[in-house]
Amino acid sequence: MNPGATYDAMRSFVDSWGLAAMSVVFLVLCLWPFRPGARGEAREAANSIFEDDNDGE
Amino acid sequence: MEMVVLRAGAWFAVLVLAVVAWALAVDWGFGVHMLICAVAAGLGLIATLRGSDIDAISRGILRSPDQGKYDDEPIRWGVIATVFWGMAGFLAGLYIALELAFPALNLGLEFINFGRLRPLHTSAVIFAFGGNALIATSYYVVQRTCRARLAFPGLARFVFWGYQLFIVLAATGYLMGITQGKEYAEPEWYVDLWLTIVWVAYLVVFVGTILKRSEPHIYVANWFYLSFILTVAMLHLVNNASIPISFFGSKSISVYAGVQSALVQWWYGHNAVGFFLTAGFLGMMYYFVPKQANRPVYSYRLSIIHFWALIFLYIWAGPHHLHYTALPDWAQTLGMVFSIMLWMPSWGGMINGLMTLNGAWDKLRTDPIMRMFVMSLAFYGMSTFEGPMMSIKTVNSLSHYTDWTIGHVHSGALGWNGMVTFGALYYLTPRLWNRERLYSLRMVGWHFWLATLGIVFYAASMWVAGVTQGLMWREYGPDGYLVNSFVETVKALHPMYVARAFGGLLYLSGASIMTYNITRTILGHKLRDEAPLNETAFDPAKDVPLKPAAAL
Repeated sequence: MNPGATYDAMRSFVDSWGLAAMSVVFLVLCLWPFRPGARGEAREAANSIFEDDNDGE
Repeated sequence: MEMVVLRAGAWFAVLVLAVVAWALAVDWGFGVHMLICAVAAGLGLIATLRGSDIDAISRGILRSPDQGKYDDEPIRWGVIATVFWGMAGFLAGLYIALELAFPALNLGLEFINFGRLRPLHTSAVIFAFGGNALIATSYYVVQRTCRARLAFPGLARFVFWGYQLFIVLAATGYLMGITQGKEYAEPEWYVDLWLTIVWVAYLVVFVGTILKRSEPHIYVANWFYLSFILTVAMLHLVNNASIPISFFGSKSISVYAGVQSALVQWWYGHNAVGFFLTAGFLGMMYYFVPKQANRPVYSYRLSIIHFWALIFLYIWAGPHHLHYTALPDWAQTLGMVFSIMLWMPSWGGMINGLMTLNGAWDKLRTDPIMRMFVMSLAFYGMSTFEGPMMSIKTVNSLSHYTDWTIGHVHSGALGWNGMVTFGALYYLTPRLWNRERLYSLRMVGWHFWLATLGIVFYAASMWVAGVTQGLMWREYGPDGYLVNSFVETVKALHPMYVARAFGGLLYLSGASIMTYNITRTILGHKLRDEAPLNETAFDPAKDVPLKPAAAL
């Protein structure tokens, strides 16, 4: 494959399936904490830094 | 015993190699650097042979409390190193600001001219001040949020000392004229290799600690820290790929050339901003702001969107540094579009941090450390609005290459990075040394106002200077010639340069107050006798219902 063809192949992949895959992965990662039942987990995680008093020594 | 012999042998081998490299050096700067390495190896050798317990010695000197649940000694070193390098970096910044206003301050010395001191200033504040703050706070946060002691304590200490050696080599190199000429990636090939070793060790310590956690969930601050460590490793390796001219000399040639080199450099440069100065410091923000406010972050789920959006978008924004250059137009537009998209997650994160105070805004009156964090978030918002705006090609045609860019960088660096680091230092010091509280809270207030006023002077003067420059450069007369010569623009900017230096002086003064305050806290001096912040005086004369307005 000559460099031009490699570029074209990469470019057409990036413009189509690559972009679509990245977008889907991004959306899933962002929406994941909003799945049903995740509210409690998020609240627990947010409060987890207050469970322990031992900040220093 | 065998272990001691082995380690002493390793130190000795490094010492000999460094001395040999010093003897074979083809340029004197490389020789000086090998000498510094030899001294460092010699110190390591002496400490090993004497069987010194570095921790015990440092606990004695630093008056550390007894060992607790977490491994905090390297964090204490980190706090002190952050304060020290911060002062060095701010001082260098003030000096070069004065050099620009009064060039006589170059004193005719090549070692302290603007071109050599500028990378010293940027590296000192970003990598020495910011880097030490990131290493220290990440060690602190990862232990607390994972409820686990640091994995590989020896390696964790190596990271601290190895990083200081990197800083010393980089800084002395700039003064001697050793540079790759790549912004924020100035250190030469052998210093880059050393930093790679230190950084991999840092990654191992951080990931090791996460893996041995006793808390099921990995708190979001660690996500930000981890993305910072991983991405900086990748950026560093790619951008610094170069071939040394001699293995005993300081000069190397980059493997990239032309516009590819420029693109790689600004892919690196902008992501250094995005992952070193943003993601890493957001890790700080997501731990210390909720802790200081004593309430959970406003929305944990928003913080996760903030995280993924930064990761997916930032990496594409670099080309906005190369508008109207030989870079293909589509790449410039791509950089611009992604920069504008970044505005949303950035403001989501800012709102998330600020709204953490929802229902507790009164803390702003009583808690000067909280004030620091809030001002930091405000500047995070301002500079992440200004940045996307400046990445728009039309705006960039005016702002690029002018002092507006410098003003923008400093509103982010002094405002966002500086203030959040000061807040974290004020949070950490009493806890790490087991003091009741800081030596003085009023002094934090002074620091806050000096720093804020300093940034206002800095950003405002650089806006005016930048727009003046941009307009003067592009102005041409009816005959088609440019109206202004370059030196005329320099002359026009002189008052702004003086105002900028004044802003820097205020910022440095604030940091000096912090140094004094933190030193006395560490030394365990009696708390300063001062009026408390948390009392609103009761005035019975004013405690009456409002009178209804009289009819006219």
